[in-house]
Amino acid sequence: MEKLIEILENLHEGIDYETCETLIDDGILDSLDIVTLITDINDAFDVAIPPEEILPENFNSAKAIFALIEKLDNI
Amino acid sequence: MNFASFEFLAFLAVLTLVYFLVPKKVQWIVLLLGSVVFYAFAGFVSFFFLLFAIVISYITVQILGKRIESLKKYLEETKTTLTKDERKAYRAKHKNTSLVILCIGIFVMTLSLVYVKYLSSMIGFKITERGISFGKYALEIMGISYYTFISIGYMIDVYRERAAVERNFFRHALFVSFFPQLAMGPISRYADTGEQLKATHSFDAKEAWCGFLRILWGFFKKLVVADAIAPAIGFIVSQKLGGIYFILLCLFYSIRIYGDFTGGIDIVLGSAQILGIKLPENFNRPFSSKSTAEYWNRWHMTMGNWFTNYIFYPLSLTKTMQKLSKWGRAKLGTGVGKRLPVYTATIITWLATGLWHGIAWNFVVWGLLNGVVILISQELNPLYEKFRARFPKLWNSAPYQSFMAVRTFLLMSLIRVFDCYCDVPLTFDRFFSTFYTFNIGEIFKGGLLELNVSLTQYIVIAVGIVIMTAVSRLSAEKPLREVLWGKPILGNAIMAILCIAILVFGSYGLGFDASAFIYGGTFN
Repeated sequence: MEKLIEILENLHEGIDYETCETLIDDGILDSLDIVTLITDINDAFDVAIPPEEILPENFNSAKAIFALIEKLDNI
Repeated sequence: MNFASFEFLAFLAVLTLVYFLVPKKVQWIVLLLGSVVFYAFAGFVSFFFLLFAIVISYITVQILGKRIESLKKYLEETKTTLTKDERKAYRAKHKNTSLVILCIGIFVMTLSLVYVKYLSSMIGFKITERGISFGKYALEIMGISYYTFISIGYMIDVYRERAAVERNFFRHALFVSFFPQLAMGPISRYADTGEQLKATHSFDAKEAWCGFLRILWGFFKKLVVADAIAPAIGFIVSQKLGGIYFILLCLFYSIRIYGDFTGGIDIVLGSAQILGIKLPENFNRPFSSKSTAEYWNRWHMTMGNWFTNYIFYPLSLTKTMQKLSKWGRAKLGTGVGKRLPVYTATIITWLATGLWHGIAWNFVVWGLLNGVVILISQELNPLYEKFRARFPKLWNSAPYQSFMAVRTFLLMSLIRVFDCYCDVPLTFDRFFSTFYTFNIGEIFKGGLLELNVSLTQYIVIAVGIVIMTAVSRLSAEKPLREVLWGKPILGNAIMAILCIAILVFGSYGLGFDASAFIYGGTFN
């Protein structure tokens, strides 16, 4: 989780990723950020996030993103 | 059948009557027959292409659906006998075969679209009394882009296991061909309308009233504002006027396309609302956007979502792009490497968006400009963030927020003007003329009235713009029509005023057949 928070902070500073649950709904992460984020996650966690998993509910919070990484790792 | 016509209103009235009178379980059949009748007006050839899209998407979706079922069954059966890695490998292999089937489906659908839009002008055909005649007959197939996009989106969603498979061919046909969305969108996904079209609907006075008011509002925007300003645009373009007239052209065309397109979508969504169907919104106060990226999240939203979901994301996440990123990081540094896939995919997506609008240089330039402006804004973001952190009060002040909205509006108006001339060098030439042709005085000496628009019409258009702006602002939280439903006297008075305004000030001829919608014609 810490590694993920670090990646997110590199993307946009000044956001409380531990508590924020509206990263997509509030437009904090846009489509360009999502692709950069997925590339970073791919490198850091060795998990490929496919396009079909790019849903608002999977990216609205750090917790949801981490849950997605764990889910994909366990498939 | 033009949406802005008595013909369409009569068609909708009859359809609504039958729809709510028949037993509820056959309502969807009425909608399907209604869509067939609506489309029959477009002619046999158009009907053939629609049927082709329905059949191809149906076959593809059925095969994909069966494969998903068999994969799930196999994985369930082998839960204890296979290792995690073996299951993963089987799943990947199975998915790859499904991907090939999906690609064949997409290829055939795209081929049909490409043929109609780009190739038929070279090797087209037409049906005459003597049979089929081949030659340079550019085909005009109503709504082919929209139902092709809807079908491709559905096939991809089924492949991604994000949409249910519709087994009934006729229900599938209704999802693809639901008549209101055929002419100019919105591009709905199965998750938006699939289940609604199958469900039964009781007549709801509020929905019907709000839907009808929305249709009238669409007519107002289209006939009183958009069509009224059209002659001035035509005149400035045909006479190749420069200087201040180029600036006027940018503004006039923005007003026209806003009234035309959002008005058309209001008619579409209002018609569906009367029938109890909620189609996805296509606009969310686009001219209040404070950046180009935000603008594209508010303008033609279903098209933007389609290109983002089905082109931008898959493209930027391909292995090739990931390899490109790794190569970039190793050779050019982390910053550049990270940006490479995103930026490449952005430019390709915008190029594709431009080419969808038409195969001409002006659309290529239009698409590329949008992509480049978005990427420049992206690069400037850290600077904006620093400015925001340094001057938070100024940033949040109304004047600065308005400045950002006006800046975005002007920038988008400038990019959009490439549609008008359909000639890239001429557009640039006229743009640069604003720097050396100082003719602002002319418009105050009667120049405005020489653009084929009278003073009365200008006043009507100006009042129309004020009303549109006010309605847009008042609808920021909740659509104004829903507020008016709670105030029947005021609401009905406004409905009556709208009717009168459309009849008195609307731009129409004897046959009350307004000029075709921009997105229903040029970009279908």
